Amino acid sequence: MTARVESKIESSVELTNAHDKPLTQPQVTPPNEVTTDESSAGSPNENRAVLKVGVPRETFPGENRVAATPDTAKRLLKLGFEVLIESGAGVRASFDDSLYEQAGCRLVTGAEHLWAEADIILKVRAPITHDDIDEVNLLREGSTLISFIWPAQNADLLQQLAGRQVTVLAMDSVPRISRAQKLDALSSMANIAGYRAVIEAANNFGRFFTGQITAAGKVPPAKVLVIGAGVAGLAAIGTAGGLGAIVRAFDTRLAVKEQVESLGAEFLELDFVEDGSGQGGYAKVMSDEFIQAEMELFAQQAKDVDIIITTALIPGRPAPRLITREMVESMRPGSVIVDMAAEQGGNCEVTQPGEIYTYQGVRIIGLTDLPSRMAAQSSQLYGTNLFHLLDDMGGGKNYRIDYDDEVIRGALILHEGKITWPPPSTVNPSPQPVVTAPDLPVTPSPGSTRGEINLSGLWILVAGLSLVGLGYAAPPSFLSHLTVFVLAVFVGWQVIWNVKPALHTPLMSVTNAISGIIIIGGMLQISQPQTSATTILGAIAIFIGTINIAGGFLVTQRMLKMFQR
Amino acid sequence: MTNNLLTIAYITASALFILSLGGLSDQETARRGNGFGIAGMLIAFGATAFSSQVSNYGVLIGGILPAVLIGAIVASRVAMTAMPELVAILHSFVGLAAVLVGFANFLNPDANLSGVEANIHEIEIFVGIFIGAVTFTGSIIAFGKLRGVIGGKPLLLPGRHVLNLGILVGAIALGWQFTQSQDGLFPLMIMSGIAGLLGINLVMAIGGADMPVVVSMLNSYSGWAAAAAGFMLSNDLLIITGALVGSSGAILSYIMCNAMNRSFISVILGGFGTGSGISPASDRQPVGEVTPTTVEDAAELLTTAKRIIIVPGYGMAVAQAQHSLAEIVKVLRQKKTDVRFGIHPVAGRLPGHMNVLLAEAKVPYDIVLEMEEINDDFPETDVVIVIGANDTVNPAAIEDPSCSIAGMPVLEVWKATTVIVMKRSMASGYAGVENPLFYKENTRMLFGDAKKNVDNLLVQINAQTPTLVAR
Repeated sequence: MTARVESKIESSVELTNAHDKPLTQPQVTPPNEVTTDESSAGSPNENRAVLKVGVPRETFPGENRVAATPDTAKRLLKLGFEVLIESGAGVRASFDDSLYEQAGCRLVTGAEHLWAEADIILKVRAPITHDDIDEVNLLREGSTLISFIWPAQNADLLQQLAGRQVTVLAMDSVPRISRAQKLDALSSMANIAGYRAVIEAANNFGRFFTGQITAAGKVPPAKVLVIGAGVAGLAAIGTAGGLGAIVRAFDTRLAVKEQVESLGAEFLELDFVEDGSGQGGYAKVMSDEFIQAEMELFAQQAKDVDIIITTALIPGRPAPRLITREMVESMRPGSVIVDMAAEQGGNCEVTQPGEIYTYQGVRIIGLTDLPSRMAAQSSQLYGTNLFHLLDDMGGGKNYRIDYDDEVIRGALILHEGKITWPPPSTVNPSPQPVVTAPDLPVTPSPGSTRGEINLSGLWILVAGLSLVGLGYAAPPSFLSHLTVFVLAVFVGWQVIWNVKPALHTPLMSVTNAISGIIIIGGMLQISQPQTSATTILGAIAIFIGTINIAGGFLVTQRMLKMFQR
Repeated sequence: MTNNLLTIAYITASALFILSLGGLSDQETARRGNGFGIAGMLIAFGATAFSSQVSNYGVLIGGILPAVLIGAIVASRVAMTAMPELVAILHSFVGLAAVLVGFANFLNPDANLSGVEANIHEIEIFVGIFIGAVTFTGSIIAFGKLRGVIGGKPLLLPGRHVLNLGILVGAIALGWQFTQSQDGLFPLMIMSGIAGLLGINLVMAIGGADMPVVVSMLNSYSGWAAAAAGFMLSNDLLIITGALVGSSGAILSYIMCNAMNRSFISVILGGFGTGSGISPASDRQPVGEVTPTTVEDAAELLTTAKRIIIVPGYGMAVAQAQHSLAEIVKVLRQKKTDVRFGIHPVAGRLPGHMNVLLAEAKVPYDIVLEMEEINDDFPETDVVIVIGANDTVNPAAIEDPSCSIAGMPVLEVWKATTVIVMKRSMASGYAGVENPLFYKENTRMLFGDAKKNVDNLLVQINAQTPTLVAR
């Protein structure tokens, strides 16, 4: 799957740059008529040296990811960047130095050299200042850093970076709008974390997820409760369901109900009407009554389920406490809790961030490095997110920071030493209105319906009057024909409604053939003298009417023969 | 043959015609239904031929034999994509025959009639010729439009409503003159002429995608023309048959109009946005990005999907893509993929046109479903392929109450996980409404010629499923 998607993107990249390249370059025929936004990119600057993108080794303890895989590096090269990789950067994500070299990257030994040489630094974790490493000070003045920063939580770091006269784009600050989905690293990491959370739970759970009936007895399926149906929660729901567990999910945002149910899980609801949809698709803080009802639900579920996965986060606040000590104690021994909010303090009262331990027989998983535990996958997705960001910024040839681009402006937290965070607020579409839009009743305008009623009343009146007139004036022979006619119309009306829409074309051709019955009219006229006008006209009528009959019936027969199961 | 026997034969024929139409309620019984129709026609023809009123067998056989031959040849040669044209031209024959029978009847007056009866008879002739002439010229124009001889764009003459109304008033005035004067031939001929103009003007004003309505309307008219001929000849068989055909066409028109959420009057009076007074909502640009895709990716999506629905439109017929599409369906069904078709009532240029094309391509009819049957299944569907359809899958009809197709029932394809839209370009559909479907996140656009893309898809799918052979 991935390989195919890449080939598509590569070709579109070549397309975007086609006009900068010498004509000897193989031209890629556009697969569509929608031209990419070539016009918005500035004119190519021939004098500008090739921009160097540097990917250092992550120094955060336990971090296995890397900001570019050989694969995404290759795509960065195609954008016109030079790519520098710190020697050993990808080893912990199973990408050997040689793979990068084969992809066309330049290996640089020693972090200082890399940081000094690169124009744009791509990283996963925010730069750290330890005793022996000081990544902030390694940043060359005038260079650009792209990584996770979390400026709201790391105000000090932001100040330090500002002191270095650098430009910083924070991957965590990319606005969560549909256009930015391809570079939404939070979503791609959350997806992996949700998957891994289930795998960790399964690893610590002593039973099958799926129910089985074996020769040795019946195995009940595991019951999984997922709290918070964001990207991570939905990934967890899908993964747990895929392993065969019975999955229930809870979220304060009613809008996600449909998504939860589409993954085959049960959406738990409170007898309480309050929607928790907040800005930008996140949840907001709920009222006390709501929280109380919610806690009762969790307490009741805790006694029933085997595994609880919590993903509840409210931006800029500590994680809400949802699973109390008592609830944990009420769970069956051998149950598992995965607290995906451990880093923000945890949704569970007994979570110990970064640890897996047993509390009163219940395994509490507070791992904070779930994406890093799948470093190959998460590096690939994160690297692709970065590629899309750089692509949107004009690639290597037209690289620039566009304040008018909502996505770039959102991610830009520091521009040449000036703090540009938070970005000026724009209209932030929350998914709620989109979801409720189909509920809008499309009411026909009342005027038109009333008009129709009036009109049909008029018709009835006209029909009634003309019938009375007919009854008064018409001779009996005509009336007997009229009887036949009206009854035949009603018979036709009843019969035709039963015809399947699939057979409407055969219906038309057969009625066509039948209406060729008009030849009877011609036949009744031809027995006049041979040369009289009546006979000639009648003969022509017979001729064309018969074409109709023969053609209509035969083509119907031909069509009907084709209909087969 | 006595008159009583003739009447019995006509009753039998009428019953057989009703059974014939009834048989079409299901694919299983449809062929038997057609057989009933043929039997009814033979009985009616035989009985009339041997009745006392017909003696000139030379003319009869001379007229019948070549016509049967021509009809048979046309019927066996016509391509299924050309069915709309065939149906239209056959309608014109009925109309012309009605006109001729009317004139013949007028030139051979029944001396027994007098007073009110004679007047009524003259009115019958007049009405029969009027309907026949409108049907005749209207069908010819419809044929030309469907064939592409005449441009598909609606031709909107200035003041055409006034013109039509004038023709109608003129026809009534001529009718008055016709019944009053001794020699009515002249007003009758003028009336035929202007009725013909009316037919031309009516159909010229109607655009390509409204053709299903027009064709079924003309079907209905041809029935009424036959019924009018029955009245003038005092022949109950003609009346019954005409009424059956007339109501059949009327119902089809009604169904088509419903499927477009437009009144019959507004369709007949001209194209979208012109007769109804609603301004086209072309200024509303849908938000979002168009995501193009490649044949390889589409093939990958199809081979990994469990449930697929294919939504064809007129574009499929134009590109003749149904055979390759059927082949793809066959391969996917061998892999136990659930593949079905969803047909909008007004897809194509004839009611039920898509069903015939798919049947021709040997797609089993039990996987070809109507809009109402399949619309609820889209949320559980992995991939939807939209091929050559536009307005019939436009979410604006539901979401945007101000657009000109608001309220039209559409196939809700966007509820599926992924939608692949095969389309030549980003041009909007017949109704001129932008389609927000193309901008949805789960939509992938596969641009280019439908036939070529479907062929390539087939190659790709075969390549990706090496264990299965397509034959």
